[in-house]
Parts: sequence; structure tokens; C-alpha cells
Amino acid sequence: MSENVVVIGGGPAGIEASRRLRDLGYTPILIEKEPVLGGHLARWDRLFPDGVEARSVLDPMLQDLDGIKYFTDTTVSSINRLKDTWVVKLSNGLSAQVRAILLSTGFDLFKAEKKEEYGYGIYERVITNAELEDWFKAGAVPQFEGVHTIGFVHCVGSRDEKAGNRQCSKVCCVTAVKQACEFKEKHPEVTVYCFYMDLRMFGRKFEDLYLKAQKEHGVRFVRGRVSEVSEDIDGHLFVKAEDTLFGKPLKIKMDMLVLMCGMTPADGTPELARMVSIPMGEDGFLVPASIVGAPCIAPREGIFFAGTSTGPKTIPETLGEASAAALAIDRYLKTTARR
Amino acid sequence: MIDFGYGLTPSATLRIENVQNPLFEELHRREPDVAKCIACGSCTASCSAGCFTEMSLRRVILSLQRGREKEILPMLQHCMLCGKCQLVCPRGINTRHLILSIGKVYGPADQKEEVRP
Repeated sequence: MSENVVVIGGGPAGIEASRRLRDLGYTPILIEKEPVLGGHLARWDRLFPDGVEARSVLDPMLQDLDGIKYFTDTTVSSINRLKDTWVVKLSNGLSAQVRAILLSTGFDLFKAEKKEEYGYGIYERVITNAELEDWFKAGAVPQFEGVHTIGFVHCVGSRDEKAGNRQCSKVCCVTAVKQACEFKEKHPEVTVYCFYMDLRMFGRKFEDLYLKAQKEHGVRFVRGRVSEVSEDIDGHLFVKAEDTLFGKPLKIKMDMLVLMCGMTPADGTPELARMVSIPMGEDGFLVPASIVGAPCIAPREGIFFAGTSTGPKTIPETLGEASAAALAIDRYLKTTARR
Repeated sequence: MIDFGYGLTPSATLRIENVQNPLFEELHRREPDVAKCIACGSCTASCSAGCFTEMSLRRVILSLQRGREKEILPMLQHCMLCGKCQLVCPRGINTRHLILSIGKVYGPADQKEEVRP
């Protein structure tokens, strides 16, 4: 009988690592707190930089779960150390005794209502990046009467010490540019603004997408962080920022505003870290043994990481790390004799 | 007029949604690459005229986008069309051609080509 490995978190990282562990001859026990597998990817419509459907990435993974025991709507109740093993008790009453645990607990989207000055949850026409994806996925962007101008606000809850997130969330710059292009493709008559501090187009083809937004779609980029949003009696939004290149304050009437919420550590991660006695970083993400040399390995025997539990990552980075984590677990289990 | 000792100052805030900008649209039609500017400032840094005058192509492009041409066009008189800005532009914008096009679209009536409505 093949050895069990517990994988906590059923997003892209958890699913991919489980498939790789199965291929290596183990039986992964994949635990997901939500009713479905797939994490944030299951909610997303299209992916940067080429706009492939999220479904086209996730569906083949979900159709390849043979040999993986997975439990949805399930959480971890407790984890205890017993000799060289971990005893994992689940909320469904089952328990497993394993030598290796993979924490692929992912991220939560920053709660936009925390940035009160942007008016999310107060003004109807202020929405989040995830809600815009919902609309794209449903095939229709609600027609607010007379939408002429929309804006994207970059870095909502990222690089923001006051909001408790010092880190750059890495993917929102290119997501905003992707969504701006998609919006212009659907509604070419609408004027689209992006308010940014820096545009971090770090990945392959990201810069091309930015160029396309500028040249083909005429998306207007304003360098300046939105300071305040207010609403008039008709529900239009007034957005204030400094045009820092021009050196003057700027005010625009908008019909819709999209907040690019960043990645924050997942709610449940600190409790799991406490159960297996590993440290959390100052930023709330998990800390590997070596952030450069061993990003998948925890500073504790038998604990491994994959995906955004150790900080913001793109989908391909997450999938790559999931494979690396599966190999790290395989090596650990083969080189550590059972006591 | 009674002097109250204070007066009203017009707001310096840019209201860019109110700017009807047919001239910039015409410029953009002639020079689509003007939209590719990332305001890096390489052109301004390398500008021969910029060492001695207020000439800054980065500022010119931005001001035209914001419909503030009146404040900025006198700068262009200092340009000698040496083309150093074109050599350094990371976005590959044909800056000399752009400057000539700006003259055609925005310049004095006797030099200006007819702008499409």
C-alpha cells in the first residue's frame, strides 16, 4: 500500500502537487475548506498575458484526480507530532498519520472595504477586480446607465503599510492591464483610465500587453495613487489623485471604478502554522527554510510549502512550485528511514 | 468693487474628463506611437536644448494629452531636431517626426495643415 501525504488547500498548488505525488507513487489526501476544488482560479474568467480561459487550465487538472483522496467542505481540526509522524484530524471525523504535510493554503483577496476612502461597499459603482471577473465570466458587464468613463485603481491593499500589507502583490498590475484591454474589447467607446504608482510588468509578454493597452486600446495611464472617491446625487463617482507626472492635482468624473485588490495571507494559515509550530513571516506569509535555495521546504521536519502560502505568485510559478514541492517530499520520504 | 483683502483663485485641479481634445486626437491619428510614451524622461535627459532651456518632450507629450497645449508649445521652439531623443527612446517613438507633426497640428495657422474635423 502506498504511503499517504496530506495536502492542505485545494487550489492550483494543492491539486498540482497531489497529481505529481500520485505520479510518484504516493496517495495524496487533499483537503479543501470550500465546497469545490480550484481556489481563486475557479472564479477567474481569463488569465494574463494571452487571455486564455482559466477553465482551460483548471479543467484538465480536475479531470485527472484518480488516485487522489480529496475532501471538500473540510478543515483541519488538529495536527499533532507523534514520533516521526504527523497525526492530522479533519473536521469530517477522519484522521491520517503521515510523515509529510504540504501547506498549499494560498491567499485571500485584500478586503477592499478596509480602504474606506475608495468607497467599496458604500458606492454601488465601486467594484473589485474579482467582481469584474465574475461579470466577464457571466458574459455581461452590467450596463450602468451611460457608462462613458471607468477607472482601475492599482495597488489596493498592496505596498500599503497602513493597510497592514507592505508587500507588492505582483499580479495585479498585469491583471488590471488585462482587464482594461478586455473591457475596451467589449466596450470600445468607453474611456478607460489606470491609476498606478509603478507598473510592474515583470513577466514574459506582460510588457507587450501594456503596449497593446496603450497603442491599440488607448487606455490612459495616470501616474498617481487615488486618494479619495466620492459620489454625486446621480451616483457618478468623483476620483481624486495627483497627476504626479504633470505635478497637479486631478479630479475625474467616473461611471465605474475597479479596485485591484492584492493578495493577503489566507485567514486559516496562521492557525495551521501554530499547529505544526512553524514561524509566520512579519508579512503573514509562511517562511521557507531558504527563500532562495529551498522555497518549498519548511524549517521543520516533514512540512512543505507550495504556491501563494509563501507570498504572491502567478499561476505558472505556483504550478512549477507544486511540482518542486512534490519532488522535495519524495526525496524527504525516500531518504528518511521510517522509525 | 469693494476690496475685501482677499480674492478667489481659480482651481488648479485638472479636470481631464471635460477636456475636448480634437487636436490631440488628430495628433494621435497621425502619430499613433505618441500613446506609447511611458514618461521615462530619457528624451528630456538627452535633450541638447533642454540643458539651456525649459524644453522637455516628456512634458510636451503629457501636456498635450491633458489639453494644456498653450502652456507648453513655446518650449518646442527651442528644439533643434537633433534627434538625440529618438536615439534614446526605449519605446522606439519617432520623436523628430512627432515634433514636426505637433507643429503641423498645433502650430500657427499659416504653418498648420488643415485639421480634419
